[in-house]
Amino acid sequence: MNFHDRHLLRLRVNGEDHSLSDLDPRVTLLDLLRERLHLTGTKKGCNFGECGACTVHLDGRRVNACMILAVSCEGREVTTIEGLADGDALHPVQQAFIDHDGFQCGFCTPGQVMSAAALIEEGHTGSDAEIREWMSGNLCRCSAYPQIVEAVRAAAGRASQ
Amino acid sequence: MTPFVYARADSLGDTIAAGAAPDSAFLAGGTELLNWLRLGITEPTRIIDISRLDGLDQVEALPGGGLTIGALMHLNDVALHALVVRDYPVLSQAILNAASPQLRNLATIGGNLLQKTRCAYFRAEEQLPCNKRQLGSGCSALHGINDNHAIFGWTEDCVATQPSDPAVALAALDAVIVTAHRSGGRRIPAAEFHLLPDTRPEADNVLQQGELITAIELPAPAPRSAYLKVRERESYEYAIVSAAAVLEMDGQTIRRAALALGSVALRPWRLSAAEEQLAGAEIGDREALSTAIEQSFAQARPLSQNAYKIELAKTAALRAIEKAARMSS
Amino acid sequence: MMISQPVARPDGGVKVTGRARYAADYFAPDLLYAVLVTAPVPAGRVTSIMVDDALAEKGVVRVLTHEDMPKFGRFASPRAEPDTQMQQAEGPPAAQSFMPMQGDEIRHEGQPLAIVLGETLEAAEAGARHVALRFEFAEPELPAPPEWTAIDKAAVVPRESGFLFLEPTFTKGDVDRGLSDAAAMVEAVYLQPSRHHNAMEPSATLAEWNDGELTLHDATQHVYGVRQVLAARLNVPAGKVRVISRHTGGGFGGKGWIWPHQVLAAAAARIMQRPVRLALSRANAYSCLGYQPRMAQKIVLAADRSGKLTAVQQDVVNLTTVSDDFVEFATEASKGLYATPAMRLSQRVERANVAMPTALRAPVEGPGTWALESAIDELAHRLGIDPLDLRLINHADTDPATGQPWSSKKLREAYEEGARLFGWRERPRKPQRDGDWLIGYGMATCSMGCFRHPTPAAEVRLHRDGRVLIRTGTQDIGTGTLTIFPQIAADVLGLPMEKIELEMGDTELPEAGPTYGSSSTMGVGAAVLAAAEDARSQLARLANLLPDEVEMHDGHIRRRGAAGGQTIADVMSHTDIGEIIGSGSFDPAQHGNGLAMRTFGAIFMEVGVDPGLGLLRLRRAVGSYSAGRIVNPRTARSQMTGGIIWGWGMAAMEQSRHEPVLGRFLSKNLSGVAIPVNADIPGDIIIHFVDEVDEHASPIGGKGIGELGATGVAAAVANAVFDATGKRIRELPITPEKLL
Repeated sequence: MNFHDRHLLRLRVNGEDHSLSDLDPRVTLLDLLRERLHLTGTKKGCNFGECGACTVHLDGRRVNACMILAVSCEGREVTTIEGLADGDALHPVQQAFIDHDGFQCGFCTPGQVMSAAALIEEGHTGSDAEIREWMSGNLCRCSAYPQIVEAVRAAAGRASQ
Repeated sequence: MTPFVYARADSLGDTIAAGAAPDSAFLAGGTELLNWLRLGITEPTRIIDISRLDGLDQVEALPGGGLTIGALMHLNDVALHALVVRDYPVLSQAILNAASPQLRNLATIGGNLLQKTRCAYFRAEEQLPCNKRQLGSGCSALHGINDNHAIFGWTEDCVATQPSDPAVALAALDAVIVTAHRSGGRRIPAAEFHLLPDTRPEADNVLQQGELITAIELPAPAPRSAYLKVRERESYEYAIVSAAAVLEMDGQTIRRAALALGSVALRPWRLSAAEEQLAGAEIGDREALSTAIEQSFAQARPLSQNAYKIELAKTAALRAIEKAARMSS
Repeated sequence: MMISQPVARPDGGVKVTGRARYAADYFAPDLLYAVLVTAPVPAGRVTSIMVDDALAEKGVVRVLTHEDMPKFGRFASPRAEPDTQMQQAEGPPAAQSFMPMQGDEIRHEGQPLAIVLGETLEAAEAGARHVALRFEFAEPELPAPPEWTAIDKAAVVPRESGFLFLEPTFTKGDVDRGLSDAAAMVEAVYLQPSRHHNAMEPSATLAEWNDGELTLHDATQHVYGVRQVLAARLNVPAGKVRVISRHTGGGFGGKGWIWPHQVLAAAAARIMQRPVRLALSRANAYSCLGYQPRMAQKIVLAADRSGKLTAVQQDVVNLTTVSDDFVEFATEASKGLYATPAMRLSQRVERANVAMPTALRAPVEGPGTWALESAIDELAHRLGIDPLDLRLINHADTDPATGQPWSSKKLREAYEEGARLFGWRERPRKPQRDGDWLIGYGMATCSMGCFRHPTPAAEVRLHRDGRVLIRTGTQDIGTGTLTIFPQIAADVLGLPMEKIELEMGDTELPEAGPTYGSSSTMGVGAAVLAAAEDARSQLARLANLLPDEVEMHDGHIRRRGAAGGQTIADVMSHTDIGEIIGSGSFDPAQHGNGLAMRTFGAIFMEVGVDPGLGLLRLRRAVGSYSAGRIVNPRTARSQMTGGIIWGWGMAAMEQSRHEPVLGRFLSKNLSGVAIPVNADIPGDIIIHFVDEVDEHASPIGGKGIGELGATGVAAAVANAVFDATGKRIRELPITPEKLL
């Protein structure tokens, strides 16, 4: 087994291939996105997996970017909030957050939106209670929770229950 | 984090060979390890990334009933697996009550069992007196804030609890933890996996350096089983107390019961005395159930601030039994 | 009309795509990452700071200690009045007088002692772990045990300082007589723990010096305040300090005043001659910033047989740091809520080696209504009067403390409509069950004072193509100002929202005060209104119309009531002016003199209690408010639901526990400190606003709503718990061990 203190990392972020040399293995995916790739939409709220502000999609699954060593993402595909929209056309979840006033200060919003987009793919929109439970990994101190549930429900195309 | 070197493992053999070296740590989901590194709880010099090892992320039916779950399966994948949902609801529920959806996409079922206590003194950003952080430094919680600490099996060296939800379900299910190690693997009963503080308060479980969990084996299906978690907020929080119940029923009569409590000791706490007395009890007879549960609390010892957890744990056990009975078989 | 319309937030686009930039999202060439090393003990002296191991860490550039720091200047609060002993008093917007890293003294756990600077964050963080400290321990003053007798014994009268906004005692009428005349009395002590803001964005500062000029990207609720305090501390002219804060990731008071880390970041950048970014860790956010202090309130309410109050007595004690007396004026609620012939109120503090407290969303009345509205409920049950009726019986038609008339008050309507929407009068009076859950109903009055800061200014630039730029040096913390200021300008200038841009959060813009105290709509909103009207007047003069007689509609200006009119482009094409610059400000001294001002409301809640498991859950809520004109009912609804949920957190879970032996906050993280999650909050929260315009508070006709929703909630929850279980909980939060 070959141990190194600096690594070459190749990964795909928002459809773009990146190759980073001389990567310190201590760098988390979150800090890689923010400090190296300057993709600052993904937020650092706690850095301990306790708030969900850093939620991104890793190979299509929602995860906390602060809990991942970047070096372990070799060959993987990452989608961040910057890569969710299709060009200028907002993702339905993004539009629904605007339509339903699903944010205030906006700091947790990228994480909320990424979580919501994944949740809909996962199919956890059977009821408002199910949405609430499966959105509980994203803290919102402005407490836009009811509006977030409305936005997710609308984006999932489900009528009010 | 203190600097370390990193390598990705691609075979089990290489992994357990490399893992045997002191100061090596395995990285799977990372949801615990990264926090330990940030807090200085462990400071390994070598990190072995096992997340891409082949063949450790499947659920397979065992001949003669039962399931084997690969240790690298992500928690959500275990909890939502059709066979787990159908045959082991207690495990599915325990997992879905743990952490958050995002964390459950990262964390693995094997790694989950290696969680360390959530005792606030242990998890502090400064190293506070704590025998689990530094043996011999004492236990801050013993005479400090301990309202959410152990009521069973604690010593003056450590009054913390084990926080894993899945571990409680696995203990009640009599699951077996399968390991690999350079000197040979083991099969460890889930209820004996974690260590109480009486001998080595600094240790969390029976694993040796370089020993890797490869699978969890579940015995015959337990469709009448349920998990109940008590916490002040509704989700994304560790338990104050949790309870797992696994029942076999004849009509309304309990034929066999297995009960385990979570967050009451440094290991999932089986209520063996209660289990014995529950055999033959009617599910509708709350008094009989409560009397049976009472048997297991003779050994409960509250700390200065957590006597309430004793009553709470009894009720949680009772409710878990009733919830399990309502699960269709 | 755009005002009163539920316009969607124009900041939605940048906020849902990750393009909105917060302080820690900025970069500068040659950026250094700063990480704080903080005191692990609450009192004593640091005798040595050994940095060799840290410097050995690859990428660590320097470790700064108190020996490297300049002597920071004093900041005299503008509140300090000349010719008094307060003349030199330190105070807001500085959060505390004590500056760390000026010597070896340790006054609280978590106090910054050193700054590790690294080329990467990883290096700086690893370096910080390897800075070795030696101490001389001192016996700390620790918070008293959380019970009245101990706290009362430790309490002292607060000293004069810039932090003492009001007299610490207040007396009206003959309290002793009111007590002896009473037919019913309630005497009780209400406790609440310290709790933190826990904004999702940890405070962060990027400091950059160029030719003696400092530019700061900062997470703040007050860019001009940062400038004032940094200029004083760093001994540079204010004009040499530029502070930028385009978006702040939640404030709630925690970023209201200026904390030491902002000064330290700027000082480090000056020493290093390189840009420095100091993003506080979540743990830092518990000890380097403020919090709402632990409080104990002893209340005595006395009433005659009909329920009319005969006397109110209240003694309040809040925790504070050893250096400064922060006073949490919970007694303000008692001064403003109910008619009573006699009041005797006092505020004291308990000093300890803890970090400095500060204002937290719904300060003052937040804690005040917790105690008062609980006690009113207790009195209602003692008298056998419905809690709502008791409040109506004691409705204050004028301000109870001063006797002044209200600028506007429609609390009776708010009670009535809230009760109707909730079904309060029809609620079951017998114990209700739903499976293992006991159901209870409770209500409380909500109220906040009106903080009108002098004198916010704004500029409205009207371009000849009909585009408008509003410039005002206030801050976006998410409250809705980015939406309602354009609405206000759109109305005056007869333009659609798309034409209007807004620039905020920069000391290059007109000074507009802090974004706290629920003050922005009244104050900055009025300044925007005045600036838009000024722009319109200038355009009218260009169009040879009398400014007082014009209206603008659909891009045209015309005499009021006339048809058609001239387009903006036409009017301006006759001149060589490219844009008109309208200016406006709001001077509260010119509005509502002699009137008492408050916002009011009522909160009705249904809770479930599972007494077997000690669980408390929210089932539904109705909030009904009298707060003047609502400029945007959509953003206002979000403010109120957010406030109610904030109050739910206070009631049900939030606490930052003071560790009794080590003298630190027990947990400095979001897994050890619970705040509400989505699953805690049912969808059934109804918000109602009484139709009201308060012309005296502000030309906008509105008052503040950012904190109103968070008041009263904790009491309503405790009152509902009592209804469900018969248990009167007088200590927050209402956690399982209290309900079993």
